[in-house]
Amino acid sequence: MPVPEEVLAAARAAIGVRGQAVSHRIELGAIRRFVEAIGDSNPLYTDAEFARTTRFGGIIAPPTFLCTLHAGGAALPVRFGRVTLNGGNEYEWFRPVRPGDVITAQSQLADVRAVDGRSGAMLILTSEIRYTNQDDELVAIGRSTGIRRE
Amino acid sequence: MATTFEAVEVGQELPRITKEPTTQQLVKYAGASGDFYQIHYDKDFAQRSGLPGVIIHGLLKAGWLAELVTTWAGPDAFVRKIAASYRGIDVPGQPYVLTGRVTGKRAEDGRGLVDLEIWGENQDRQQTTLGSATVELPLRR
Repeated sequence: MPVPEEVLAAARAAIGVRGQAVSHRIELGAIRRFVEAIGDSNPLYTDAEFARTTRFGGIIAPPTFLCTLHAGGAALPVRFGRVTLNGGNEYEWFRPVRPGDVITAQSQLADVRAVDGRSGAMLILTSEIRYTNQDDELVAIGRSTGIRRE
Repeated sequence: MATTFEAVEVGQELPRITKEPTTQQLVKYAGASGDFYQIHYDKDFAQRSGLPGVIIHGLLKAGWLAELVTTWAGPDAFVRKIAASYRGIDVPGQPYVLTGRVTGKRAEDGRGLVDLEIWGENQDRQQTTLGSATVELPLRR
Protein backbone atom coordinates (compact mmCIF):
# COMPACT_ATOMS: atom_id res chain seq x y z
CA MET A 1 0.00 0.00 0.00
CA PRO A 2 1.48 3.38 -0.95
CA VAL A 3 1.60 6.16 1.61
CA PRO A 4 -1.97 7.59 1.64
CA GLU A 5 -2.30 11.07 0.16
CA GLU A 6 -3.90 12.46 3.32
CA VAL A 7 -1.01 11.18 5.45
CA LEU A 8 1.49 12.80 3.12
CA ALA A 9 -0.48 16.05 3.06
CA ALA A 10 -0.72 16.17 6.85
CA ALA A 11 3.00 15.52 7.21
CA ARG A 12 3.84 18.18 4.62
CA ALA A 13 1.69 20.70 6.47
CA ALA A 14 3.95 20.21 9.49
CA ILE A 15 7.14 21.22 7.63
CA GLY A 16 8.77 24.22 9.26
CA VAL A 17 6.73 24.03 12.45
CA ARG A 18 9.15 24.35 15.35
CA GLY A 19 9.01 22.09 18.36
CA GLN A 20 9.38 23.38 21.87
CA ALA A 21 12.92 24.49 22.74
CA VAL A 22 14.41 22.31 25.50
CA SER A 23 17.45 23.34 27.54
CA HIS A 24 19.95 20.92 29.03
CA ARG A 25 22.80 21.52 31.44
CA ILE A 26 25.79 19.47 30.30
CA GLU A 27 26.95 17.12 33.03
CA LEU A 28 30.33 15.46 33.25
CA GLY A 29 28.73 12.24 34.46
CA ALA A 30 26.45 12.11 31.43
CA ILE A 31 29.45 12.56 29.13
CA ARG A 32 31.27 9.78 30.97
CA ARG A 33 28.35 7.35 30.66
CA PHE A 34 27.98 8.20 26.99
CA VAL A 35 31.62 7.54 26.06
CA GLU A 36 31.58 4.37 28.15
CA ALA A 37 28.55 3.16 26.20
CA ILE A 38 30.29 3.86 22.89
CA GLY A 39 33.52 2.32 24.16
CA ASP A 40 35.55 5.43 23.36
CA SER A 41 38.43 5.79 25.82
CA ASN A 42 39.67 9.18 24.56
CA PRO A 43 40.84 11.07 27.70
CA LEU A 44 39.70 14.38 26.18
CA TYR A 45 36.20 13.52 27.41
CA THR A 46 37.01 12.32 30.92
CA ASP A 47 40.46 13.42 32.12
CA ALA A 48 40.53 17.10 33.11
CA GLU A 49 44.30 17.22 33.48
CA PHE A 50 44.89 15.77 30.04
CA ALA A 51 42.16 17.88 28.45
CA ARG A 52 43.79 21.05 29.84
CA THR A 53 46.83 20.41 27.64
CA THR A 54 44.76 20.35 24.42
CA ARG A 55 43.53 23.25 22.28
CA PHE A 56 40.22 23.04 24.13
CA GLY A 57 41.79 23.79 27.51
CA GLY A 58 39.41 21.40 29.27
CA ILE A 59 37.01 18.52 28.91
CA ILE A 60 34.60 18.63 25.99
CA ALA A 61 31.73 16.36 24.99
CA PRO A 62 32.35 13.92 22.14
CA PRO A 63 30.82 14.91 18.79
CA THR A 64 27.65 12.82 18.82
CA PHE A 65 26.87 13.58 22.48
CA LEU A 66 24.40 16.14 21.11
CA CYS A 67 22.02 13.29 20.30
CA THR A 68 21.41 12.88 24.04
CA LEU A 69 20.00 16.41 24.25
CA HIS A 70 16.46 15.75 23.25
CA ALA A 71 14.43 18.45 21.59
CA GLY A 72 10.69 18.64 22.05
CA GLY A 73 9.42 16.92 18.94
CA ALA A 74 7.13 18.92 16.76
CA ALA A 75 4.06 16.71 17.10
CA LEU A 76 3.56 15.01 13.77
CA PRO A 77 -0.14 14.44 13.18
CA VAL A 78 0.28 11.27 11.12
CA ARG A 79 0.31 7.55 11.72
CA PHE A 80 2.09 5.41 9.20
CA GLY A 81 4.19 2.28 9.28
CA ARG A 82 4.84 -0.31 11.94
CA VAL A 83 8.48 0.57 12.51
CA THR A 84 10.56 3.73 12.35
CA LEU A 85 14.19 3.27 11.37
CA ASN A 86 16.96 5.81 11.49
CA GLY A 87 18.06 6.44 7.91
CA GLY A 88 20.91 8.77 8.68
CA ASN A 89 22.37 11.50 10.85
CA GLU A 90 24.40 14.51 9.98
CA TYR A 91 25.98 17.01 12.35
CA GLU A 92 27.75 20.24 11.70
CA TRP A 93 29.62 21.67 14.70
CA PHE A 94 30.62 25.29 15.19
CA ARG A 95 31.74 25.26 18.83
CA PRO A 96 32.71 22.59 21.34
CA VAL A 97 30.24 21.56 24.05
CA ARG A 98 31.65 21.68 27.58
CA PRO A 99 30.47 20.45 30.96
CA GLY A 100 28.47 23.23 32.60
CA ASP A 101 27.19 24.62 29.29
CA VAL A 102 23.45 25.01 28.94
CA ILE A 103 22.50 23.83 25.48
CA THR A 104 19.08 24.50 24.03
CA ALA A 105 17.81 22.12 21.38
CA GLN A 106 14.97 23.00 19.05
CA SER A 107 13.75 20.83 16.22
CA GLN A 108 11.70 21.31 13.14
CA LEU A 109 10.51 19.05 10.37
CA ALA A 110 12.50 19.94 7.26
CA ASP A 111 11.25 17.59 4.56
CA VAL A 112 8.76 14.80 3.87
CA ARG A 113 8.90 12.23 1.09
CA ALA A 114 7.04 9.07 0.18
CA VAL A 115 9.00 6.26 -1.46
CA ASP A 116 7.99 2.87 -2.79
CA GLY A 117 10.91 0.74 -1.69
CA ARG A 118 11.76 -2.94 -2.04
CA SER A 119 10.15 -3.64 1.31
CA GLY A 120 7.01 -1.59 0.58
CA ALA A 121 6.00 2.02 0.99
CA MET A 122 8.07 4.27 3.19
CA LEU A 123 7.45 7.70 4.63
CA ILE A 124 10.76 9.54 4.93
CA LEU A 125 10.93 12.45 7.37
CA THR A 126 13.93 14.74 7.61
CA SER A 127 14.21 16.90 10.68
CA GLU A 128 16.68 19.48 11.80
CA ILE A 129 17.72 20.37 15.32
CA ARG A 130 19.56 23.58 16.14
CA TYR A 131 21.68 23.63 19.28
CA THR A 132 22.54 26.93 20.91
CA ASN A 133 24.49 27.62 24.09
CA GLN A 134 23.92 29.86 27.12
CA ASP A 135 25.40 32.82 25.19
CA ASP A 136 22.94 32.28 22.33
CA GLU A 137 25.73 31.10 20.07
CA LEU A 138 24.96 28.42 17.52
CA VAL A 139 26.86 25.32 18.64
CA ALA A 140 25.73 22.79 16.07
CA ILE A 141 23.04 21.76 13.63
CA GLY A 142 21.87 18.17 13.48
CA ARG A 143 19.87 16.61 10.66
CA SER A 144 18.26 13.23 10.86
CA THR A 145 16.28 11.07 8.49
CA GLY A 146 13.52 8.91 9.92
CA ILE A 147 12.11 6.11 7.79
CA ARG A 148 8.64 4.85 8.66
CA ARG A 149 7.92 1.62 6.90
CA GLU A 150 5.26 -1.05 6.93
CA MET B 1 50.20 10.74 18.33
CA ALA B 2 48.51 13.85 17.07
CA THR B 3 48.05 14.35 13.37
CA THR B 4 49.00 17.69 11.83
CA PHE B 5 47.48 19.17 8.71
CA GLU B 6 50.82 19.20 6.89
CA ALA B 7 51.40 15.50 7.52
CA VAL B 8 48.09 14.40 6.03
CA GLU B 9 48.10 12.98 2.51
CA VAL B 10 45.10 12.58 0.25
CA GLY B 11 44.36 8.89 -0.16
CA GLN B 12 45.80 8.04 3.25
CA GLU B 13 43.80 5.43 5.14
CA LEU B 14 42.63 5.85 8.71
CA PRO B 15 43.64 3.15 11.19
CA ARG B 16 40.58 0.92 11.47
CA ILE B 17 38.81 0.26 14.74
CA THR B 18 36.87 -2.92 15.47
CA LYS B 19 33.87 -3.03 17.80
CA GLU B 20 32.37 -6.16 19.32
CA PRO B 21 28.84 -4.97 20.12
CA THR B 22 26.75 -6.96 22.59
CA THR B 23 23.14 -6.61 23.68
CA GLN B 24 24.56 -5.21 26.93
CA GLN B 25 26.26 -2.44 24.99
CA LEU B 26 22.96 -1.59 23.31
CA VAL B 27 21.30 -1.31 26.72
CA LYS B 28 24.13 0.92 27.96
CA TYR B 29 23.81 3.07 24.88
CA ALA B 30 20.03 3.26 25.25
CA GLY B 31 20.49 4.49 28.82
CA ALA B 32 23.30 6.93 28.03
CA SER B 33 21.59 8.40 24.98
CA GLY B 34 18.00 8.32 26.20
CA ASP B 35 16.88 6.38 23.11
CA PHE B 36 14.52 3.78 24.54
CA TYR B 37 12.99 2.56 21.29
CA GLN B 38 12.41 -1.14 22.05
CA ILE B 39 13.84 -2.40 18.75
CA HIS B 40 17.26 -1.97 20.39
CA TYR B 41 16.71 -4.18 23.45
CA ASP B 42 13.42 -6.11 23.24
CA LYS B 43 13.80 -9.04 20.83
CA ASP B 44 10.06 -9.85 20.71
CA PHE B 45 9.19 -6.24 20.01
CA ALA B 46 11.90 -6.05 17.31
CA GLN B 47 10.62 -9.21 15.62
CA ARG B 48 7.03 -7.99 15.73
CA SER B 49 8.32 -4.88 13.96
CA GLY B 50 9.63 -7.01 11.12
CA LEU B 51 13.27 -7.03 12.20
CA PRO B 52 15.48 -10.13 12.65
CA GLY B 53 16.05 -9.26 16.31
CA VAL B 54 17.39 -6.29 18.26
CA ILE B 55 19.43 -3.97 16.09
CA ILE B 56 22.26 -1.53 16.73
CA HIS B 57 21.29 2.13 17.12
CA GLY B 58 22.23 4.13 14.03
CA LEU B 59 23.59 6.83 16.30
CA LEU B 60 25.84 4.31 18.07
CA LYS B 61 27.39 3.56 14.68
CA ALA B 62 27.71 7.33 14.10
CA GLY B 63 29.41 7.54 17.52
CA TRP B 64 31.89 4.88 16.42
CA LEU B 65 32.58 6.85 13.23
CA ALA B 66 33.25 9.91 15.37
CA GLU B 67 35.59 7.79 17.52
CA LEU B 68 37.37 6.62 14.36
CA VAL B 69 37.90 10.21 13.23
CA THR B 70 38.94 11.69 16.58
CA THR B 71 41.25 8.79 17.45
CA TRP B 72 43.08 9.37 14.18
CA ALA B 73 42.98 13.17 14.24
CA GLY B 74 44.11 13.56 17.85
CA PRO B 75 42.91 15.70 20.76
CA ASP B 76 43.76 19.01 19.09
CA ALA B 77 41.44 18.41 16.18
CA PHE B 78 37.95 19.88 16.00
CA VAL B 79 35.35 17.84 14.13
CA ARG B 80 33.39 20.19 11.88
CA LYS B 81 31.04 17.75 10.24
CA ILE B 82 30.05 14.10 10.22
CA ALA B 83 27.38 12.56 8.03
CA ALA B 84 26.30 8.94 8.35
CA SER B 85 23.81 7.09 6.19
CA TYR B 86 22.57 3.74 7.48
CA ARG B 87 22.24 1.35 4.54
CA GLY B 88 21.71 -1.86 6.42
CA ILE B 89 20.59 -3.31 9.70
CA ASP B 90 23.33 -4.41 12.10
CA VAL B 91 22.95 -6.80 14.97
CA PRO B 92 24.97 -7.41 18.14
CA GLY B 93 27.17 -10.49 18.41
CA GLN B 94 29.19 -9.75 15.30
CA PRO B 95 32.30 -7.61 14.90
CA TYR B 96 31.81 -4.22 13.27
CA VAL B 97 34.72 -2.45 11.61
CA LEU B 98 35.03 1.32 11.15
CA THR B 99 37.49 2.77 8.70
CA GLY B 100 38.02 5.52 6.16
CA ARG B 101 40.36 7.51 4.00
CA VAL B 102 41.39 11.10 3.31
CA THR B 103 39.65 12.53 0.26
CA GLY B 104 40.88 16.10 0.36
CA LYS B 105 42.67 18.83 2.29
CA ARG B 106 42.34 22.60 2.07
CA ALA B 107 43.33 25.69 4.01
CA GLU B 108 40.46 28.02 4.83
CA ASP B 109 40.75 31.20 6.91
CA GLY B 110 44.11 30.05 8.25
CA ARG B 111 42.71 26.70 9.34
CA GLY B 112 43.57 23.31 7.95
CA LEU B 113 40.53 21.32 6.93
CA VAL B 114 40.65 17.65 5.96
CA ASP B 115 37.80 15.80 4.25
CA LEU B 116 37.29 12.12 4.90
CA GLU B 117 35.27 9.29 3.50
CA ILE B 118 34.32 7.00 6.38
CA TRP B 119 32.29 3.84 6.66
CA GLY B 120 31.38 0.87 8.81
CA GLU B 121 31.27 -2.71 7.64
CA ASN B 122 29.86 -5.92 9.01
CA GLN B 123 31.58 -9.28 9.18
CA ASP B 124 30.53 -10.03 5.58
CA ARG B 125 32.36 -6.85 4.55
CA GLN B 126 29.12 -5.16 3.57
CA GLN B 127 29.34 -1.41 4.07
CA THR B 128 26.19 -0.86 6.09
CA THR B 129 27.10 2.67 7.17
CA LEU B 130 28.41 5.20 4.67
CA GLY B 131 29.67 8.56 5.77
CA SER B 132 31.84 11.56 5.37
CA ALA B 133 33.55 13.95 7.75
CA THR B 134 35.41 17.22 7.83
CA VAL B 135 37.91 17.81 10.57
CA GLU B 136 39.97 20.86 11.46
CA LEU B 137 43.55 19.91 12.24
CA PRO B 138 46.23 21.96 13.96
CA LEU B 139 48.72 23.70 11.66
CA ARG B 140 52.42 23.32 12.33
CA ARG B 141 53.72 26.44 14.01
